[in-house]
Amino acid sequence: MQLESMYQEIILDHYKNPHGRGLRDPFDAEVHHVNPTCGDEVTLRVKLDGDTVADVSYEGMGCSISQASVSAMYDLVVGKPVTEALETGEHFMTLMQAKGDPAVAEKLEDELEDAVAFAGVSKYPARIKCALMSWMALKDASARALSTTQAGGQ
Amino acid sequence: MTSTASRPATGARTPLPLDVEAIRADFPILSRTVRDGKRLVYLDSGATSQKPRQVLDAERWFYENVNAAPHRGAHQLAEEATGAYEEARAKVGAFIGAPENEVVFTRNTTEAINLVAYALSNAATAKEPEFRTHAVGQGDEIVVTEMEHHANLIPWQQLCERTGATLRWLGLTDDGRLDLSDLATVVNERTRLVAVTQQSNILGTINPIEQIVARAREVGALVLVDGAQSVPHQPIDVAALGADFLVFSGHKMLGPTGVGVLWGRYEVLDALPPFLTGGSMIEVVRMEGSTFMPPPQRFEAGVPMTAQVVGLGAAVEYLTALGMDKVEEHERALTGYALGKLAEIPGVTVIGPPDTVARGGAVSFTVEGVHPHDVGQVLDDLGIAVRVGHHCAWPVVRRYGVPATTRATFYVHTGYDDVDALADGIRAAQKFFGTV
Repeated sequence: MQLESMYQEIILDHYKNPHGRGLRDPFDAEVHHVNPTCGDEVTLRVKLDGDTVADVSYEGMGCSISQASVSAMYDLVVGKPVTEALETGEHFMTLMQAKGDPAVAEKLEDELEDAVAFAGVSKYPARIKCALMSWMALKDASARALSTTQAGGQ
Repeated sequence: MTSTASRPATGARTPLPLDVEAIRADFPILSRTVRDGKRLVYLDSGATSQKPRQVLDAERWFYENVNAAPHRGAHQLAEEATGAYEEARAKVGAFIGAPENEVVFTRNTTEAINLVAYALSNAATAKEPEFRTHAVGQGDEIVVTEMEHHANLIPWQQLCERTGATLRWLGLTDDGRLDLSDLATVVNERTRLVAVTQQSNILGTINPIEQIVARAREVGALVLVDGAQSVPHQPIDVAALGADFLVFSGHKMLGPTGVGVLWGRYEVLDALPPFLTGGSMIEVVRMEGSTFMPPPQRFEAGVPMTAQVVGLGAAVEYLTALGMDKVEEHERALTGYALGKLAEIPGVTVIGPPDTVARGGAVSFTVEGVHPHDVGQVLDDLGIAVRVGHHCAWPVVRRYGVPATTRATFYVHTGYDDVDALADGIRAAQKFFGTV
């Protein structure tokens, strides 16, 4: 079976025991993203502390890939400056475009930590959107949170 | 159409009416392998069907021997192309019991429905009084059902938004049937059109069209039947159906992509203004304004998808040779068998009617603890192609409280071995995700 290349143990662990799940207050921005081809959904909140991502909280329903991805993302971005979190998102995007190329995964290992386990997903075009949904939601929510907090600070 | 389904014991392996091995030999794609050498188990005909060699040959024959734009030009190729195109129209008409002048070729079911929806709003502003008969406007109502594919929902939502008409709908029962208890109030004197699917693409339910048509007739409403999932799978006679429009897609009935059909009762088609306009649908063109051809040409602007139409003609010939009554029986036997096999697997829930009464070969299900995408992924790894997601019928999955389903659909080349592979695959998914 080729399945193990997609469903790495780390992914299944995140799926079964998601990190940071649940919607929490306070928050600076909340977004709701859907994957219209399959109906997967995520509601995601971002709380900033200055320029740092203080918390990301979320609720959603979807496949193992989408649910594990948001959990791995939570581990990666909380406590990081927003710019760094978004850069990590760009790295994840690069990984998803790698069509399973192990060299790309190897290069991004430090930046992506657990999330590098999603490399196998990039071989399955239909599932890339599942893995990316939460990162898209984060990008959206961060932009809104920044504009809210900056406007509030003026 | 009435369903004469007897109630075979589900799970029983009765002899199949169609010779699956002989039919498979006609489908070149079924001899390829997928995912590292596995036999392709194609259970996604409800999304698009595979094509037999006869259909592919017909398209190739057209391009290699006849290719020209039909209904224009006086050369021999143009004559022959027109002949091939119109011959296919006659074949498709005969397939559904309709005269050829009631058969309009469209791109697909979706375009056929949009054609009617736009004709109804165009009717309101048509300068020709004879085109205003079926105009939809403020105070009018359009009725759909909660079971519709998005293709038979969004065009009506949009029609209502354009015209100020109101969209109403019939709901669903817990066992996957239309709830017709309020049919008499939902379809009323204000109703201009009822749009309903004959067979649900997700639940497999076959709807009692005759009952809906009877109510629509009482109030003078038009009826459009979405036959995308029924015309490929059961004998259809539009006279018996009693509706005003029947729409379906070629690609779901062994034909090419890019061709669909709008059948309409001639007097209704004749009273509708065009949707798409341009070449070949006109009678006289002046700079000040133009007049239009009678149906079906009025609704076929531009050079049509001629080779695809010819391919669709070959597809209906192929199906006719098999016998649509046999196709229907074949799928009913497979559906009964599949429902029985799935019922044996703990944690599997079928979304839709639990037996084969008034039910076609679309079997949607959920697997406890395994998301439909993940079920589909495991099946794919085993060479089994199914559809996962909301199947372009989001209100249906919402109605049954699931985010998505996995769906297997059957056709003429499907055998018991395919259903066995599906059942084994579901168990493999449960094992992989540790739910058993």
